[in-house]
Amino acid sequence: MNRTATLICLVLVLGGALLLAAGNQLAAPGSTFHVPTYVISLVGKYLCYAMLALALDLVWGYAGILSLGHAAFFALGGYAMGMYLMRQIGTRGMYGNAILPDFMVFLNWKELPWYWHGFDNPGFAILMVLLVPGLLALVFGWLAFRSRVSGVYLSIITQALTFALLLAFFRNDMGFGGNNGLTDFKDIFGYRLQADSTRTALLIASAVFLCLMLLVARFIVTSRFGKVLIAVRDTEARTRFLGYRPERYKLFVFVVSAIMAGIGGALYVPQVGIINPSEFSPANSIEAVIWVAVGGRGTLVGAILGAILVNGGKTFFTGALPEIWLFALGALFILVTLFLPHGVLGLFRRREKARSTKPAQGTVTEPAE
Amino acid sequence: MTRTGAPLLYLDNVSVSFDGFKALNALSLLVEKGEMRAVIGPNGAGKTTMMDVITGKTRPDEGQVVFGEKTDLTKLDEPAIAALGIGRKFQKPTVFEPLSVWDNLLLALAGDRRPRFTLWARESTDEQDRIEQVLETIRLTELRHRIAGGLSHGQKQWLEIGMLLAQDPQLLLVDEPVAGMTDAETEQTADLLRDINRTRSVVVVEHDMAFVRALGVRVTVLHEGSVLSEGTIDHVSNDPKVIEVYLGR
Repeated sequence: MNRTATLICLVLVLGGALLLAAGNQLAAPGSTFHVPTYVISLVGKYLCYAMLALALDLVWGYAGILSLGHAAFFALGGYAMGMYLMRQIGTRGMYGNAILPDFMVFLNWKELPWYWHGFDNPGFAILMVLLVPGLLALVFGWLAFRSRVSGVYLSIITQALTFALLLAFFRNDMGFGGNNGLTDFKDIFGYRLQADSTRTALLIASAVFLCLMLLVARFIVTSRFGKVLIAVRDTEARTRFLGYRPERYKLFVFVVSAIMAGIGGALYVPQVGIINPSEFSPANSIEAVIWVAVGGRGTLVGAILGAILVNGGKTFFTGALPEIWLFALGALFILVTLFLPHGVLGLFRRREKARSTKPAQGTVTEPAE
Repeated sequence: MTRTGAPLLYLDNVSVSFDGFKALNALSLLVEKGEMRAVIGPNGAGKTTMMDVITGKTRPDEGQVVFGEKTDLTKLDEPAIAALGIGRKFQKPTVFEPLSVWDNLLLALAGDRRPRFTLWARESTDEQDRIEQVLETIRLTELRHRIAGGLSHGQKQWLEIGMLLAQDPQLLLVDEPVAGMTDAETEQTADLLRDINRTRSVVVVEHDMAFVRALGVRVTVLHEGSVLSEGTIDHVSNDPKVIEVYLGR
C-alpha cells in the first residue's frame, strides 16, 4: 500500500508538472490546452508547501516531534534565496546602486552588512539555503533533545522559536528589509524571472525536488533507522533500555527535515516573488500541521496530498468566499481530527484493509494514539 | 548455570529519596554470576526504584552500584548500561506496538545502535538465525509477522522477554513477569526463566508467592527500602519479621 501510494504520488507530481509545463510552453495562448502562467506559479507554490508538509510529517509522523515552528526553516531557506535574488538586481533597482539593495539605500546604509557578502554567488546562496536551516535545527534540536524536552513543551518552544525570528526579521536594522522583506526580483541564475519559460522551469524543479525528498524520506522511514524512530515515537524510554540513544535519532531527522523545509522555501520565493517576515508567523506553521493531519499523519504521501488539497481549497475559497476561509479551515481541522484520524489517505487504507483481511507484513506504521 | 561465587552486581549502601521520602534506605545486595534471585516485598518497598537505580534511570543520593569487576553504574546513563549487558523487562509489557514481532526482536538484537549504522543496515542471515532462535524459545514462531500491538497480554510479556534474550545481556532484570497471566502461562514463564538462567543471571521482582516458590531460588525480602530478610523461600516465609510485615497490618 505504501509503496504503491508512493509510486502513484511520484507519477502524479512529475507527470502533472510536465503536462502543465507542456500546456504553457507548447499550446498557443487562446487554445483550449493553453495553461496560463499564473497557474504554473500557483501549482509550483503548492508543491513548495508540499515539501514543507513532507518535512513536517517526517518529524511529526515518525518521530513524534510536533514542531509548531517548521515554517521558520522554510522561511530561512526562502530568505537565503531572496538575498541571492536581491543581489542579482544590481543597478536595475529604484536607486540604481550596484551593490546595495534598495531598502539599504533607503535606510542610508553606506556598505553591505557582512552577512550579505557572498550571496551574489549562486553556489554560495544554495549552500546557505541548506546550511542555515540545517544548522539552526542542529543547535536547537541538540539542546532540546539532549535535555529530553518532548511533547507539548517541545511544541511550545518551536512556536517560540518562529515567533522570535518573526520579531527579529521585522526590525529594519536586522538588514533583511524589515516589514517589506525582499522583493522586486529580476533574474534567477541569469534568466528573467518574469519569463514564462523560467516560471515553467521553476515548476519542474519544484516537482523534481519534491519527488527526490519523498524518496529520501521513504528511504529513511523504511530503513532499520526508521523502525527505531517509530519505536522512539511510541515508547522512548524503552528504546533507551535497549541501548539506543533517542536524542541522536531525533536530531538526525530534525536536521534532515529542516533542510527539506529550507529547500521548499528557496523554491517558493522566486515563484511568489517576495519573502517577508510574515512567513515566520506562528499561524503558518500551524497551518502546515493541518495539511499533514488532513492528508494523513505518518504516511509521507498523505502530507503531500494534504498540502495540495488544503491550499487548493484556500485558493478557491479566498477567491469565492474570502470571509469564510478561516472558518472553513478550522472546521476542516476539527472534522478531520474527529472523523478521519488517519487523514484522507486513511480512508483509502481502511477500504483496502477491509478488502484483504490478511495484514501486510511490516507496513503498519500509523501513530498509535 | 549455577552460582559461581563471583559477584556480578553489588549494591552497596544505596539510598534514594524523593521529596524526603526514602525509597531506598542504605540498601545492600549482592547477586552472583549465574544466580537467579527473587526479590519480593510489599508495595512501596523499593523494588522498582532498585531496578531504576541499576538501569540508570534514577541516580542514587548515596552509595555505589558495581557491575562485574569494577564498573560503577551510577556514573552511566541508560543506553550505556544497556550496552554493558543489563536488560530490563518492565512491569507493564512494553513492546513496540506498531512494529511486527520480527521487527521488535530485530531492534533488540545485540549490535550497533548508532544512527549511521541503522540507516544503511540490511538484515544479515546471522541476524535472521538469531531471531528464529529467540522466536522458538518464546514460542512465537507462528506469529512472527503479526503486529505486536495485536498480541495477547501473555504473548506481549513473552515477546518482551524475547527482546531481552535478543539483547544478549549478562544480567536480566524482570519486573513482575507473571502479573495478569493465566496459570498455564505462569508455569510456562517459570520454565522460560529457568531456561534463561542456564546461561545468564536473573533478578526477578514478583508479588506472586506461588510463582517464587515454583522458581525455587534464593529470595530477598525488601521492606521500606532495605533488606528485611534473605534466604530460601521456606526460611524467609518463617522469618517472624517477614510475617509481621506481610500479615501484621
